[in-house]
Amino acid sequence: MKINNVVIRRLLQLVSVALGVAIINFFLLRLAPGDAAQVLAGEAGAATPEYMAALRAQFGLDQPLLVQFGKYLLNLAHFNLGYSFRHGMPVAQLIGERVPATLLLMGASILFAVLAGATLGAIAAYRAGKIADVVISTLALVFFATPLFWIGLMLVVVFSVWLDWLPVGGMFTIEAGYTGWAHIVDVARHLVLPAVTLGLFYMAVYTRLMRATMVEVRRQDFVRTAVAKGARPPRVLFAHVLRNALLPLVTMLGVQVSSIIGGAVLVETVFSWPGLGRLAFEALFQRDFNLLLGILLCSSIVVIVVNWVVDFVYTRLDPRIRFS
Amino acid sequence: MKKTVFKLLAATAITLTFTVNAFAQTRGGTLTAIIQPEPVILTSALNTAAPTGFFSANVFDGLVEYDNDFKLRPALAESWDVSKDSKTLTFHLRRGVKWHDGKPFTSADVKWTLENVWKKIHPRNQIIYGTVTSVDTPDDYTVIIRFSEPSLAVLSSLNSNGAQVLPKHLYEGTDILNNPYNNKPVGTGPFVFKEWSRGNYITLERNPNYWDKSKGVSKPYLDKIIFKVVPDAGARAAALEKGEAQYAPFSPVPLKDAERLAKLPGLKLETRGYDWISPWLFLDVNVDRPYFKDVRVRQALAYAIDLNAFNKVVWYGFGKPAVSPVVSTLKQFHTDDVPKYGYDPKKAEALLDEAGLKRGADGTRLRINLDYLPYGDDYKRSGEYIKQALKRIGIDVNVRAQDTPTYTKRVYGDRDYDLSVVWFAGFADPLVGVTRAYWSDSVGKNIPWSNGSGYRSAEADKLIEQAQSSASQTERVALFKKLQQRVQTDLPSIPLLELHFFTVQSANLKDTVTGVDQIYSSLKNAWFDNTAKVAKAAP
Repeated sequence: MKINNVVIRRLLQLVSVALGVAIINFFLLRLAPGDAAQVLAGEAGAATPEYMAALRAQFGLDQPLLVQFGKYLLNLAHFNLGYSFRHGMPVAQLIGERVPATLLLMGASILFAVLAGATLGAIAAYRAGKIADVVISTLALVFFATPLFWIGLMLVVVFSVWLDWLPVGGMFTIEAGYTGWAHIVDVARHLVLPAVTLGLFYMAVYTRLMRATMVEVRRQDFVRTAVAKGARPPRVLFAHVLRNALLPLVTMLGVQVSSIIGGAVLVETVFSWPGLGRLAFEALFQRDFNLLLGILLCSSIVVIVVNWVVDFVYTRLDPRIRFS
Repeated sequence: MKKTVFKLLAATAITLTFTVNAFAQTRGGTLTAIIQPEPVILTSALNTAAPTGFFSANVFDGLVEYDNDFKLRPALAESWDVSKDSKTLTFHLRRGVKWHDGKPFTSADVKWTLENVWKKIHPRNQIIYGTVTSVDTPDDYTVIIRFSEPSLAVLSSLNSNGAQVLPKHLYEGTDILNNPYNNKPVGTGPFVFKEWSRGNYITLERNPNYWDKSKGVSKPYLDKIIFKVVPDAGARAAALEKGEAQYAPFSPVPLKDAERLAKLPGLKLETRGYDWISPWLFLDVNVDRPYFKDVRVRQALAYAIDLNAFNKVVWYGFGKPAVSPVVSTLKQFHTDDVPKYGYDPKKAEALLDEAGLKRGADGTRLRINLDYLPYGDDYKRSGEYIKQALKRIGIDVNVRAQDTPTYTKRVYGDRDYDLSVVWFAGFADPLVGVTRAYWSDSVGKNIPWSNGSGYRSAEADKLIEQAQSSASQTERVALFKKLQQRVQTDLPSIPLLELHFFTVQSANLKDTVTGVDQIYSSLKNAWFDNTAKVAKAAP
């Protein structure tokens, strides 16, 4: 009964937030000067008033704003994200095509950031004040402060152009037509640089967080008690210190997932990665509002869901935290 | 004597190279080209954007092609006649041409496309085909187009970019703008559409039944073309340097990078193939502003800009100072006999004083805004250069940045600007590309790339209208020359440079340029010279 209540409340929350996002975005985007017809005519290099009128009629831009809004809401009620006239395809299909690439990139970069960040942070904490700590802390500071696209470009120059170890961009070698394992290896090779670029900033954040909390937790009484009871060092590390040091990291992880679409715009552009971030970015410049609204709506839902997951993980890590 | 021998030897060597080249065209290979930005749709019959044109000529043929001298070469039409009064145009179509889905290509396709697409939807062609009264198809291989008025500009816009023929059997009776074949095109061209992975790549494969054969070998030579979407300029440079792409048009890398890439052994810079576009860069002056109503002020602007230095500093020499809006490579239409405004800041100041724009206490005569075309760094730096140049004559310029729709609405819709830096494609006939910048009919109608300055001149309008309907090419040339003199006297916009775009390509990729419109025509003549040693890019 109680669980049901929680689920229903959460679903209501999801729907209302998503609806709010949709409404705000719909009217906010209309504030930008120019429309999709104008962009298309601009790209075509020339136009006549008739051509512009035909485009506007095709896009439904000749109708009053409220009518357009009503149609949009009606579509949403039918789980229909609308049609991208620019691409000549339903928005859902366009998003569906690009989601896997972005999820792969996100997953890989989060995995990299968490594993590398937590490990480096733990090492730094255990070697606090020593050389390893100084090196790790300095590196973390550098990655924290350097812009994403610049790191990406430097990685390309070093690892692709100079050393020739990794490909410059794209998701796989189109010319080769690999299948099976060869394809997976190929994609993995293409994934390394963008995932690292996207993950470095958060890796730096996790390193610093991990180091700070571990240094703090290690000084606490329950750790001293555990050591005094004769617990082995690995057990002290994993069961006592790490578990307690993970909470702030999980909070940050939620933030990373929420902000990753923004970072993905840059990384996907630099590495020609065919993902959602770039699609959103282009849709904005092309005034392809149906598409942009669809992407924003989907990512807002992702953010809400991720926040639920973070809440759930909290309760597992620290049973004192409960849903109320 | 020695010289003669040397000359002879050189001549032999040249002949030999030519002979070798002529027979060495090897079949095979996959070409990876960079396409940027990603096309909107894959046929330029409906959208004439540059990436669409660059891509789609490989899938579709035009009725004719252009050679390196703007002369017509047969393509889907084997021959054509223009009647004496220039009001009837007859095309004799090639027999045995098939669409990629196997259906025969006939005169019905041309008639249907002209009536439903070129005349109604094609963004540029409505001015050319607007006067068509009837299209007759006496048989499957003859198309007779009748015009109410002579329309000689037609002949300069019949290639695949200007007049692409669509398959009637796949388009008739459908919503043309939303037809699914816009995104999976079926043409008659040298390459067959295979796949479009959005945001990623488009692949084409060799058309085994292509009509164009040279010395018994059927074209195209390449097996496959992959058009990769690479949005970042730095990544494009890296991909070219590493050989992951071998062909990138439309000045794909920053100008300062171009010089470096051109020096690499595996790459070369190609500037031919853009003449049909005839691009020129200019400074539009909003003549509705009270201070710009006086022609002396507009002249002062022109005198204040040193075009040679501008070309060198901002455009790294990839341009040529322009004297009129019709570029000098269009030898037939271009005239040098126009009022000129060489660099002379003193004269500029004198003109401004005369016009009553005296320097204020802080040395400033006027504070204005300049908007530049948001197509990259080169235009931004152009705006900044002009800001510096005008500062010297006491005009304080604020350079404004924005995205493209905001820019076009501001200049062509709201007309809320003072100066704007922009380039236009003039195309092979000024009627198609140049007159739109001066015709008063389009002022303030929010049509991108029309008359942005707000120039209204009864005389210029009359010259344009006469040129539109004149049956004599000599008369048209004279009219266009008069128009150039008129607009360079009134100076509603100041021509800055004839732009030289460039292509970066692999050194062993041969015969990529065979016409003035190469950038909008197919790669059916291109081939990889596998004998050429391509040195790997050094670190």
